[in-house]
Amino acid sequence: MQIRNRHLLGWLEAVPLTLVLVAFLVAPIVMIVIVSFWGATEFSIYPAFQFDNYAYLFGSKVVLSVFISTFKYALITWIFTFAIGFTVAYFLAFHIRSLTMQVALFLICTIPFWTSNIIRMISWIPFLGRNGIANQTLISWGVIDEPLEWLLYSDFSVILAFVHLYTLFMVVPIFNTMMRIDKSLLEAARDNGASGFQTLRHVILPLTKPGIMIGTIFVVTLVMGDFITVRFMSGSQSANVGRLISNDIGLLQYPSAAATAVVLLCTVLIVIAILLRFVNIRKEL
Amino acid sequence: MAKPKVGYSRRTLLKAGGAALAASTLPAPMLWAQDTKDIVLRQFGTGVSNLNDVAKKVKEDLGITLEMTALDSDSVTQRAATQPDSFDIADIEYWICKKVWPTGNLQAMDVSKIDNYDKIVGIFKSGKLTPETDIAQGTAPHTVGFIEEPGAKTFASEQTNWMTLIPTIYNADTLGIRPDLIGRPIDTWAELLNPEFKGKASILDISSIGIMDMAMVCEAMGEVAYGDKGNMTKEEIDKTIAIFMEAKKAGQFRAFWKSFDESVNLMASGEVVIQSMWSPAITAVKSRGIDCVYQPLKEGYRSWGGGLGLSSSLSGMELDAAYDYINWYLSGWVGGYLMRQGYYSAVPETSKEFMSENEWGYWFEGKPATDTITSPTGDTLAAAGDVRDGGDFYERMGSVACWNAVMDENQYMVRKWNEFIAA
Repeated sequence: MQIRNRHLLGWLEAVPLTLVLVAFLVAPIVMIVIVSFWGATEFSIYPAFQFDNYAYLFGSKVVLSVFISTFKYALITWIFTFAIGFTVAYFLAFHIRSLTMQVALFLICTIPFWTSNIIRMISWIPFLGRNGIANQTLISWGVIDEPLEWLLYSDFSVILAFVHLYTLFMVVPIFNTMMRIDKSLLEAARDNGASGFQTLRHVILPLTKPGIMIGTIFVVTLVMGDFITVRFMSGSQSANVGRLISNDIGLLQYPSAAATAVVLLCTVLIVIAILLRFVNIRKEL
Repeated sequence: MAKPKVGYSRRTLLKAGGAALAASTLPAPMLWAQDTKDIVLRQFGTGVSNLNDVAKKVKEDLGITLEMTALDSDSVTQRAATQPDSFDIADIEYWICKKVWPTGNLQAMDVSKIDNYDKIVGIFKSGKLTPETDIAQGTAPHTVGFIEEPGAKTFASEQTNWMTLIPTIYNADTLGIRPDLIGRPIDTWAELLNPEFKGKASILDISSIGIMDMAMVCEAMGEVAYGDKGNMTKEEIDKTIAIFMEAKKAGQFRAFWKSFDESVNLMASGEVVIQSMWSPAITAVKSRGIDCVYQPLKEGYRSWGGGLGLSSSLSGMELDAAYDYINWYLSGWVGGYLMRQGYYSAVPETSKEFMSENEWGYWFEGKPATDTITSPTGDTLAAAGDVRDGGDFYERMGSVACWNAVMDENQYMVRKWNEFIAA
């Protein structure tokens, strides 16, 4: 049988993907939203429609402070990953002339990703510890007399690990957009007497905006959802929203965890919506 | 290139032939023996007692295949409460039992089928170590050890014919210290919050256990007087957490730990000099050649006990195999294995046969070692002349101040605990 109606054909083509998305994305989220209104005892959850979980979430000072620290981690990590990512991408895209060299150097950037996230994170612990390599080196150089306590189990170590883990997610999309910039534009800028900084600010930066946005979305969502890094690198001394959820799950408080997850999801969506105001990603892709 | 594998060797063919012959002449028992070889029991529990050596030995002795999964306490609770069909045997702690039993995922055990029931130490039956000792506070194992009849969701107040868990392992916990970095005697729980150890103390981040350690500290400091440390009122919880929150903000703690390895690393790297710790973790630090002491304290110990529970979906031949396994468990080999790591066996009598006189003297009787003491895996734990910390079995287990617990106000406590961690 030949399908003549083009609309019908279009719909049919979209069906498989729609089904997959409904089954594995929409349905779980709907389930989480439903459970977030349920109640829980020590060992069971029971269907109900109550606002207890949300009331606690929005009423607790602790939850507020945890959300604030989540944003703090996301913002500071973003600043560093952007600064480093942009510089690296700029260097790769505009200072390396041969394509082979660009590819080779780009591959070098990915070397750390040959081991798992957790291993890369945990290997910081002996390095930064009280008697770790960093402190011993600084002491032997005579820079400090006493080991620096704040190197490990502090916000410093958490952000350091985040930056280490996620900078590549910034490098890749920025590098990608930079590569697509027409080099003649840069020449034109120079011919018109623009300084290097002016070219960067008025030509390169606007043209790389989509890459920056995509990188930002990666980094911000990853940092906001990551709880393992916060737990290990702060020695469990700090918390972000992810840890709140994982603690709840560990203690069988699924409805409370679901409510927190819903709030986190909404927060992340709002952040992304705001970011998308700055750039039309669909046009750029 | 490797040769293709031959499916049957001559030997297995002969064996199979012999079995077939025997099966045709003596059908029933032979079939049964064939079947037990295929039985697989899935066991999960904390890393403390889910050891591959046990699985290996039970395969040798009984032919049962035991599949082990080791998890942390919270994951154990979760799995037992939410995935009843994912296991046959749950190796859980008594305080977890209080959360898990009401879900109906475990079935009661018939005491009359347990061979060594009479030899199980009193703590798990009447709550008393010896007729004279007091029963400690908290979720003492005997209070959640029995139910009136199969299917009951609440615990019996006395011994009955139906047990929730078969006790296997227990110990008395205290603080671990680094004597080389502290350089003076430590004899009270209150030292954990001593400003002298600012930035060098730690406590574990498992609320049900951590709150008990906190309570031992607050009581020792004279800050809070508890009716029952294992069942605090909201007010007592508030006071306890407030004291620790203040210490946390003042920078008393270096880190909190959740897993065994974390506690070992904190101590071995010198990040921490005093922390709540578990006995095998001390052993692990010591085996790296670092001085570490499981310090007995004047206020006594915080104790825990574990046991084996049967999944409610077990029946028929698997159930029989599970009973065989439990009887084997209490018959001594495992007990000896556990006791040679510093834990106590629920049936010490039978373990004795699997330990040397030196080992029994050192671990159980608190006597000086007459020769090197090694762990079951061969690490040296003590030299000749060393004495176990805390004295003999009766002295240690007799000084238990409280058991790990689940309180009536548990949910409130957990919320406060999260606030403490997030503060």
